[in-house]
Amino acid sequence: MLRTNLKHIESEEQFNEIINNNENVMVCCGRMGPMCLPVYDIMENLEEKYPHVKFYDMEFDAPHAHVIRNHPLARTFMGLPFTFYYKNGEAVKATTSIQNKKQVKTILDEYFAK
Amino acid sequence: MDVTHFDAIVLGGGPAGLTAGIYLSRANLKTLIINEGSIGGQMVLTHAVANYPGVLEDSGRNISQIMKEQAKSFGCKIESNVEITKLDLKSSKKMVEIDDDEVFTADVIVIATGGKPRTLGVSNEEKFKGLGISYCATCDGDFYTDKDVVVIGGGNSALEEAVSLTKWVKSITILHQFDNFQAHEKAIYEATNNEKISFILNADVKGFLGENHLSGVKYQDKNTAEIKEITTDGVFIYIGYIPNVDKFKDEISVNERNEIIVDSNMKTNVDGVFAAGDVIQKKFRQVTTAVSDGTIAALSAIEYLQSK
Ligand SMILES: Cc1cc2nc3c(=O)[nH]c(=O)nc-3n(C[C@H](O)[C@H](O)[C@H](O)COP(=O)(O)OP(=O)(O)OC[C@H]3O[C@@H](n4cnc5c(N)ncnc54)[C@H](O)[C@@H]3O)c2cc1C
Repeated sequence: MLRTNLKHIESEEQFNEIINNNENVMVCCGRMGPMCLPVYDIMENLEEKYPHVKFYDMEFDAPHAHVIRNHPLARTFMGLPFTFYYKNGEAVKATTSIQNKKQVKTILDEYFAK
Repeated sequence: MDVTHFDAIVLGGGPAGLTAGIYLSRANLKTLIINEGSIGGQMVLTHAVANYPGVLEDSGRNISQIMKEQAKSFGCKIESNVEITKLDLKSSKKMVEIDDDEVFTADVIVIATGGKPRTLGVSNEEKFKGLGISYCATCDGDFYTDKDVVVIGGGNSALEEAVSLTKWVKSITILHQFDNFQAHEKAIYEATNNEKISFILNADVKGFLGENHLSGVKYQDKNTAEIKEITTDGVFIYIGYIPNVDKFKDEISVNERNEIIVDSNMKTNVDGVFAAGDVIQKKFRQVTTAVSDGTIAALSAIEYLQSK
């Protein structure tokens, strides 16, 4: 399990339930490494400002993370973390490698506008 | 807009800024740390810090979390992952605006904004980040299992990270702009004696090639001025760090390398503004030296406030 203050996705069933039952979901799939930690921190920081978005992390090496690792949008990704944005159960955007707060906010504002 | 006044504001939440925060708040000064990135700064990039006295070995992240808790335990407030949108350091009441919506003032400022990785600034570098270009071998090395990669740089980080990448990759070509390395003997010995690693020296990187994914590097051979290309599956870039001074280098004196000039008490050219850590002009950049600078800057700031 990742040692962050975010809610963790720990199974495929839970993942499906979360993306299908919530309109806007951001999932950061990574490890406890230097490229991933800043993204988790940014998500923790944005939770309060984006109450209409659910923020989760997922351990990259866990078996159920295949839902992100093998997603077509991640086909060319070679840098952790893989960050996915789901709207009504569909992945609408994905990024690879470290992102700053501005980059994350731009995506949230574009895809998950209130 | 609400304005909140603090005795001291520290810009930067790496080891220098957190140390300054600990000393200032422990002296009963109302203190705020404003950090544009994640708490811990460059320290969180280090998986294992083994040379910080008193700690046998721990991750940079853990040490940062402890420093943060220590600062908070003395009442220090921390705002992290924010953006500084306005700054006035010259007035006697210093002002910092964050995220266009909150304003803080202070009688004294400590700048501890550290450094960030230098980028090459050549074509397609940003486009291929995570799509063939990486800055972290331990994070992304396993994506390159049995592949051919290029490491750019010739300092300690480049050589050490190249050696650590040999666990996964088939071959490594180190591209370096000079004909000698700026690294310690051990790092040079380990890299030059590793059979997976070869070298192209005197090479200036000119750009990255590829459509949707990186496929090669274009460089100029400085011996012949010829432009050449090398095919590769991935590139790891380690070409050093530059000081984070963009927000205030018009107000604060910096040297030709953009490092803040301070005296032995960490005082800058601006009254009431002190600086500490990797952002200042100095030779050795370590957690221990950052912590030391942060201590001196905070104690000088306390003395400055008492003398007012
Ligand atoms: C890969 C790597 C490995 C290392 N390994 C070791 C090691 O093993 N041992 C060791 O002793 N040292 C090591 N170092 C060096 C050490 O991490 C640094 O010397 C130290 O972190 C510097 O501390 P600092 O507080 O001055 O700056 P930083 O750690 O750079 O922190 C500065 C902080 O300020 C923030 N910031 C930037 N601009 C602004 C702004 N305008 N306003 C507000 N905040 C801002 C940044 O986001 C950051 O959080 C390593 C460095 C790297 C890169």
